[in-house]
Amino acid sequence: MKQRQFEQRYQGEWSTFAERLGALEHSRRKNPAGDGFTEQYRQICRHLALAQERGYSSHLIDPLQQLAMRGHQQLYRHRSQFMAQLLGFVLADFPRLVRAEWRLVAIACVLFFGSLIVMGLLVYGYPDLIYSVVSPAQVGEMESMYDPAARRIGQAAERASSTDWLMFGYYIMHNIGIAFQTFASGLLLGIGSLFFLFFNGLMIGAVAGHLTDVGFGETFWPFVVGHGAFELTAIALAGAAGLKLGWALLAPGALRRGEALRVAAKTSVRLIGGVMLFLLIAAFIEAYWSSMTWPQPTTKYLVGAALWTLVIAYLTLAGRTAHAPD
Amino acid sequence: MSSSQAWPRNAVQPAPLDNRIRMETPEGIDLLLRPAGLLSRSLAFTIDLGIRGVLLIALFYAFHLFGEFGTGLFVLALFFVNWWYMVLFEVLHQGRTPGKQIMGLRVVHDDGTPVGWSASLLRNLLRFVDMLPFGYSVGAFACLQHPLFKRLGDLAAGTLVIYRDAPVVRPDLPEAPAIIAPLVLSLDEQRAVLSFAERQASLAPARVQELAAIVAEPLQTPGGAHSSHAVGHLNGIARTLAGSA
Repeated sequence: MKQRQFEQRYQGEWSTFAERLGALEHSRRKNPAGDGFTEQYRQICRHLALAQERGYSSHLIDPLQQLAMRGHQQLYRHRSQFMAQLLGFVLADFPRLVRAEWRLVAIACVLFFGSLIVMGLLVYGYPDLIYSVVSPAQVGEMESMYDPAARRIGQAAERASSTDWLMFGYYIMHNIGIAFQTFASGLLLGIGSLFFLFFNGLMIGAVAGHLTDVGFGETFWPFVVGHGAFELTAIALAGAAGLKLGWALLAPGALRRGEALRVAAKTSVRLIGGVMLFLLIAAFIEAYWSSMTWPQPTTKYLVGAALWTLVIAYLTLAGRTAHAPD
Repeated sequence: MSSSQAWPRNAVQPAPLDNRIRMETPEGIDLLLRPAGLLSRSLAFTIDLGIRGVLLIALFYAFHLFGEFGTGLFVLALFFVNWWYMVLFEVLHQGRTPGKQIMGLRVVHDDGTPVGWSASLLRNLLRFVDMLPFGYSVGAFACLQHPLFKRLGDLAAGTLVIYRDAPVVRPDLPEAPAIIAPLVLSLDEQRAVLSFAERQASLAPARVQELAAIVAEPLQTPGGAHSSHAVGHLNGIARTLAGSA
């Protein structure tokens, strides 16, 4: 068939397909333009192959190529059943993933919580050590934040709800930023994640040790015990996700380094999804529960213990049954 | 523009001479993707950076009216704009942030399928490493080293930034009486004759003459290589090849 005849015969089909593509590209919802899409798309592919095979001019082939490309983008677009996926992820997939990566999680936890506890004890025993990691100005700031006297005087009443909002925003920004850094720097052969885990552990440990040492423990511990369950675990998990990237680069196994990285990244980005959920919860607790001053410290400790148990139980037990609960 | 030469059936098609890549789809056709280089990508990023800056300044003043509550909202907005601007646009707007839209780029998976949530999140989180130690040095270096101009985030996420295709305008064949070629032309030769006719308008007349003269003898132009008929003769053959309107 000559080029012109070919073109004349199918021009109509091509332009309807182009219109249909336009409609599909403009909305992600279910669309009447999607009916019978695949047949038409396959037709376009056939025409393209024919035109190439018969050596038609590139001015005919290029538009067909573009139509095929646009059709391909529509046909293979990702359908996301967002809520269903989210539910499945929270109920089963995330804890399963954490358990599957238990080696890296263990390394990250030991490094982070280890440096935190050791540094806390060291600073508690040798108070001057704090100045080796935290500057005196920051120490002063921390002290004024958790000074029991200041609390009674300055914040006698409950914090206004607008302040809760301010702190919520701040916590999200700050904590997720730290978690993302800890994760992303794992790409530097894992060294970045190791560094951030260790460094954050040191900082938090030093501050905790120092505040306890100077006698502000009664305001500090009730404040942090609740959201710490989610926040600290999340940072450790983000570190584990970063280590996964680094390990894929260091020891790619049978794959090429790039390929190994891609495979590892697929897993670790899901870990990061869970980390973000954790940090969101942590920010809520921190802004709306931890900041309350009326509950007795005992209540706060009890709730804190319950939250820690919940996190540990969730990560170790959830999703053990073969079928996720409906 | 396209590579669409007619290769013998079942033969492996050679890689295109330029930096485009061929991506075979399950439908048995090849998509051609044209990876975007460092400069256009950095320009797109700069545009996005500017848009985000303006947006944040506007939000800052708007939320400022609400006191502390507003500041809290602003910090949330800061978080979203910082970490999610790229991801939301890439996933919900066919791989295009406003900057990429202006520069004519888009993000796709390595196999040419539209970019999804996890890949987009990954490539944008790992931006943090690409920015090290300052001004995207790592990203720029990786980008210049890689044949498909990938930065580290793209490598890990398995994504690719490509140019969007601009629509093609079809030229008309020059008017000439149809002539049947005096010998059998191979597909490549047919394509060459057709391209000659289609691209004539963009060539200088002297060049057109010169090109036509090269093939005048084998195509048995009446009057020989130096005749002014050479161009018309070739156009006539092209018209036959394309078929009557």
